Amino acid sequence: MSEIKLMKGNEVIAEAAIRCGCDGYFGYPITPQSEVMETLMLRKPWEETGMVVLQAESEIASINMVYGGAACGKKVMTSSSSPGVSLMQEGLTYIAGAELPCLVVDVVRGGPGLGTIQPAQSDYFQATKGGGHGDYHLIVLAPASVQEMNDFVSLGFDLAFKYRNPAMILADGVIGQMMEKVELSPYKPRWTDEEIEKISGSWALTGKKKNRDRHIVTSLELDAHRQEVFNEKLQRKYREIEQNEVRFEKINCDDADYLFIAYGSSARICQKSIELARQEGIKVGLLRPITLYPFPTQPIAEMAERTKGMMTVEMSAGQMVEDVRLAVNGKTRVEHYGRMGGVVPTPEEIVEALKANFKL
Amino acid sequence: MAKFRGAIVVDNEKCKGCGLCVAACPTKVIDLHPDVNGKGYHYAYMKEPEACIGCASCAMVCPDSVISVYKINVQ
Amino acid sequence: MIDINDIVKPENLIYGKSSLLTDNIMHYCPGCTHGVVHKLVAEVIEELDIQEKTIGVSPVGCSVFAYNYIDVDWVEAAHGRAPAVATAVSRLHPEKYVFTYQGDGDLASIGCGEIMHACNRGENIVIIFINNAIYGMTGGQMAPTTLLGQVTATTPYGRDAKLNGFPLKITELIAQLDGTCYVTRQSAETPAAVRKTKNAIKKAFQNTRLNKGTSFVEVVGTCNSGWKLTPVDANNWMRENMFKKYPLGDMKDI
Repeated sequence: MSEIKLMKGNEVIAEAAIRCGCDGYFGYPITPQSEVMETLMLRKPWEETGMVVLQAESEIASINMVYGGAACGKKVMTSSSSPGVSLMQEGLTYIAGAELPCLVVDVVRGGPGLGTIQPAQSDYFQATKGGGHGDYHLIVLAPASVQEMNDFVSLGFDLAFKYRNPAMILADGVIGQMMEKVELSPYKPRWTDEEIEKISGSWALTGKKKNRDRHIVTSLELDAHRQEVFNEKLQRKYREIEQNEVRFEKINCDDADYLFIAYGSSARICQKSIELARQEGIKVGLLRPITLYPFPTQPIAEMAERTKGMMTVEMSAGQMVEDVRLAVNGKTRVEHYGRMGGVVPTPEEIVEALKANFKL
Repeated sequence: MAKFRGAIVVDNEKCKGCGLCVAACPTKVIDLHPDVNGKGYHYAYMKEPEACIGCASCAMVCPDSVISVYKINVQ
Repeated sequence: MIDINDIVKPENLIYGKSSLLTDNIMHYCPGCTHGVVHKLVAEVIEELDIQEKTIGVSPVGCSVFAYNYIDVDWVEAAHGRAPAVATAVSRLHPEKYVFTYQGDGDLASIGCGEIMHACNRGENIVIIFINNAIYGMTGGQMAPTTLLGQVTATTPYGRDAKLNGFPLKITELIAQLDGTCYVTRQSAETPAAVRKTKNAIKKAFQNTRLNKGTSFVEVVGTCNSGWKLTPVDANNWMRENMFKKYPLGDMKDI
């Protein structure tokens, strides 16, 4: 039986983690996502499912705990917000370089620096382009509702293990703090040692048995040619992810002359803007990328053939707009409307920006 | 007359000729060979095999674990 | 006269390479202390018969490749982060023997936060800390444990307290933390010292079995390449200089 509750986005992350059989959460408090660990500590999942929850001394330590747990083939995760995720970039590039699965939740706040604790989407580049050093990507999911906060925990782990690659839920302060109705997922038991052996037995640290070679989890290869072979393998994996895992949602696109491209909370606001614009006779639709990496390049390119213009709406100076322009490749006009510093745009100002940009 | 007689076998090709065994040997059995191995190191060898008492001091301080120690009771 | 061949027989073997050491030739410089301590860790794991239950965490620094030499499962950590990595491995595998193997740059400088907090939480792990007062792998720069006056690539006129601060006695700090059950400082330059260090490492692993908390074994070692001395002279220099600042012995044994 499904269980429907009214919950905060951050609380749902914790609840979904317990229910999807997560083995370990390692985190460090930072606004606006501290409720994730607070909820876990209150729920005491170690008594219920055996899940480990630990408050680390820093985000650097927490992501490296995730690295250690992931090396054991366990379902492990952390959550943080922008300044904390900056600190985690070292660990994330090691995790990607060692091809380990894990889940990171980033409830984005405004920057740069200590910035603000208000919501923002200004870490799109950091999330989708690798973030740390070296050629790598995270699989990035952008929830636009509390329900998706629930659903993407399980999806994030599934994708992370399918591709042995870190996955990220890129939310923002709005989605993290908002209370909404959510249908919680049914409980899945944590993997047994035998199941881990089956799923990740070829590489995970399970203790060296007499009948197998020792497992070494590392991202180090001093031989340039062998490192290049590894880099090529990673790139093949990313092409496969780009082929198979693009997720997006189209709203009112069929008759649209103009298109909003927006993700997360901006996409929700754009839905109201569509209503307002259509009342004025402007046929506008919304394409909402659900995966930010892999980016829905092809669907956007297709829409470029039959729209007069596109406008990204982001709570940033314009980051995703660069990927939209690459997708569109000059076939239609692409504009950007953004608010920064933690300011959330109103539906009305988005419509005004659309009208101004396209002289409507 | 020594109570014990010992002997060591050095993995010549893996020895790096650091000389720590030479310094550790209480009966001055070991020296570095005038010849070099494939890597160009003067490897350790028993210069005075009769003096070896099989105490394993050399092997214990050997960083590369290239020394095996054998020992018999001669009493 | 006894023929050597009468002595060198399998039944007379009293000391040889641990079966837990792989056949890979160690990349360390001739005379490096790492090789001795690797051997001792391998011997202890073999004697306690815990190969299947042991997981090592290697650092960044000269011993980054420790995983090439000791035949257990390993994870290679980012610089200084081994105690955080080991924390998760141990918490998720409470029945396993988890150890980190770290040098002075890794543990006492960049990883100072991680080691302090792992020890303070009393993680049920073993820390093997090799202190040779220098950064070996990057070419002999100053470490937090470099002695005053010691010449390194980044203290070409000797370490000056005004410029560089003082040698960090991190093991003394660690011993103050309630999470640690066993904190000791040993060396490995003589057969007697090697025996004592092996006993210390064994006790540390046994503490894990007893779920006693963090065991911390410092081994004062040499970096003859970095110190620009022969291996034998390096041992002498260590005895004369290092042991004064870093006196050997148990600091805590609960």
